[in-house]
Amino acid sequence: MLEKRLSSNKYIYYPQDPFYSPLEIQMGPQHPSTHGVLKLKLLLEGEKIIDLEPTIGFLHRGIEKLAENLNYAQVLPLTDRLDYISAMNNNTGYALAVERLLGIEPPPRGKYLRTLVCELARISSHLLWLATHALDIGAMTVFLYCFREREEILNFFEKICGARLTVSYPRIGGVRLDIEDQVLEEIYNFIPKMHEKIEEYEGLLSENRIWLDRTVGVGVISGEEALAYGLTGPSLRGSGIAYDVRKHFPYDAYSEVDFEVPIGKNGDTYDRYWCRLQEMRQSLKIIKQCIENLPEGPVSSELSPDLDMPLYKRAITAESWGESAFISFLTESAPIVPKGELYSAVEGAKGELGFYIVSDGSGRPYRLHIRSPSFIHISALKKLSHNHLIADLVAIIGTLDIVMGECDR
Amino acid sequence: MMSILTQNQLLEKIQNIWRDSISEIGEFRGQTYIIIINKHILKDLVKFLKEIGFNHLQTLTAVDYINLDKTFRFEVVYQLYSLFHKISLRLRVKIPENEPIVDSITELFPSANFLEREIYDLFGIEFRGHPNLKRILLPESWKGYPLRKDYPLEPEEKPEEFLDLKALNERLKIDGIK
Repeated sequence: MLEKRLSSNKYIYYPQDPFYSPLEIQMGPQHPSTHGVLKLKLLLEGEKIIDLEPTIGFLHRGIEKLAENLNYAQVLPLTDRLDYISAMNNNTGYALAVERLLGIEPPPRGKYLRTLVCELARISSHLLWLATHALDIGAMTVFLYCFREREEILNFFEKICGARLTVSYPRIGGVRLDIEDQVLEEIYNFIPKMHEKIEEYEGLLSENRIWLDRTVGVGVISGEEALAYGLTGPSLRGSGIAYDVRKHFPYDAYSEVDFEVPIGKNGDTYDRYWCRLQEMRQSLKIIKQCIENLPEGPVSSELSPDLDMPLYKRAITAESWGESAFISFLTESAPIVPKGELYSAVEGAKGELGFYIVSDGSGRPYRLHIRSPSFIHISALKKLSHNHLIADLVAIIGTLDIVMGECDR
Repeated sequence: MMSILTQNQLLEKIQNIWRDSISEIGEFRGQTYIIIINKHILKDLVKFLKEIGFNHLQTLTAVDYINLDKTFRFEVVYQLYSLFHKISLRLRVKIPENEPIVDSITELFPSANFLEREIYDLFGIEFRGHPNLKRILLPESWKGYPLRKDYPLEPEEKPEEFLDLKALNERLKIDGIK
C-alpha cells in the first residue's frame, strides 16, 4: 500500500501526516471510562488497537512504606484507602494476615459479622461496577438503579459503624462493635428486595440486543491464559476456572456457610457480567445464612493488639528515692510479635487480595506487601484488547473492574 | 494425566535436583518456604514447577534485610499455587547487594511483568530478560529506591527554620530556656 503510494506521482507520503496509520494517541488520565487516573498509550491502525501501554502511578501514596513506620493496629485505616469501594474486604484481609501472624483467632460471632459485612461490601462493589460498566456502554438507566440500591447498603454501613466508605470496622481479632438487632433485621428484610432488584437489572440487560452486541465476544481470554496473566476473581471465573479464595483457602465463616462459585464458559465480557450478577445472588445467600446462624458471644478477641502497642516489650520498675518514688520504663528488645513471614489472601470484590507480612519481632511490620488484583489486571489489558476496536476498549476496561486506589497503592 | 502430588513428595523432588542451591526448607504458620542461595537456578526451578502444575503466581515481591542479613541484602519472594495439586509454595531467593540482578520469569508467567517492574522501581533489583523494564509507579526521573531501608525519610532540602537549629539552641540558652 505504502509502496504504491510512493511510486505514483499523484500521492506523496509525508511521515508527519497525522492521518497516516499507525496512529498513536494518549487516552486518559481524565478519560471517564478509565475509572480513575489511568493513562493508556494506544497505537491504532484505523480504529483497531494494535498496541497498548498503560501508565499508572498517579495515585501512588506509598502505603507499603507508610506501613513500615506504623504499628500493626495503626496500619488498618490505610487499607481502607486501597479499594475504597469495598473497604470491608481490605480491612478483613489485613486483619486476617496479622491474626495469622500473631496466632490469634476471632470469636465465632466476630467471624460471622465479618463475613456478613464483607458480602455486603461485595454487593456494593458489584453494584458500582455494574452501574459504571453499563454507563460506559451506554445504558444510563442501570446506573441510576444501581446507585439507588448501593445507597441502602452504605446506609447499613453507617448504622453499623458510623462510616460509609472508609469503614475500618473489621479489626485485628474480630470487629469493632456488635451490630444492633434492629439493623440485622433491616439487612434481613433487604435480602428478598435485593433479589428482585437483581432480576430487574437482568431484565434490562441480559437479553438486550445492544448489550449483547457490545459484550458478547469482546475481550475473550481462555482459562489457562487468564490464569497465566494473573486474572483472579470474577474476571478469571468468567473464563471457566473455579478459583475462589473463599473455597481454596477458607477464612472466617466461609467454611461454615453454603454457597456456590458461578463460572462462565466463553471468557468474554458477557460471561464476566453474568458471573458477577450470579455472585451477588450468592452473596445474598451467604448474608442470609450469617444472620440466621449468628452465634452469641463477644465480637472481638481479648488478645487483639492495642492501638498503642509498643515497639518492644516493656518492663516497669519502681524505685524509692528519698520521699518520692520514680517509675521508669525499661525497653527490652524482647520480641512482641512472632518472627517470621507469611502470605495471606482473601477474595476481594475485584479478585485475590493478598498481604505479605515480614515481622522482625517488633511492633511494626518490617515489610508489608499488598498484592492488589487491579494492578495485575491492568497488565492483562494489552492481551485482552488486542485487535479490538477502540470503542470496545471502554467495555474491556469496565469488565476488569479496576480501582486505581488499589492499583497504585 | 498427572497424579496428585503431596507436599512432601514435591519437596523431595526439588531437593533431589537442587540440593546444593537450597539452604533451608522451613514452615511458618503452615506455609512452606524454600530459601535459595544460588539465584541462577531460579528460572529452571520455576519452569519445573510450572510444568508440574503450579499455574498461579499469587504474588512476587522483594524484601530489604539490610540489618538482619549481612551476606545477602535482598530477598525476592515468589508465592506459587497449584490449582491442581492444591499446594502453595514460597520461594525466597537471596540476592547480594553488589549484584542485584535476577532472571525474569515474565516468559513463564506474564502476570510477573508488572510485579517485576514494581520491584525494579521500588527496590532497584534488575530482572534480566524482562521485555520492558522501567519505573512503573514513580516518575522516570525519580532518584533512589524508596522501599529500601536506607532511603532517607526526610526531604533533602529542609525549610530554613529547621536548618538553623544551632542558632536556635543558642538563642534559647540566652533566654534561659532549656
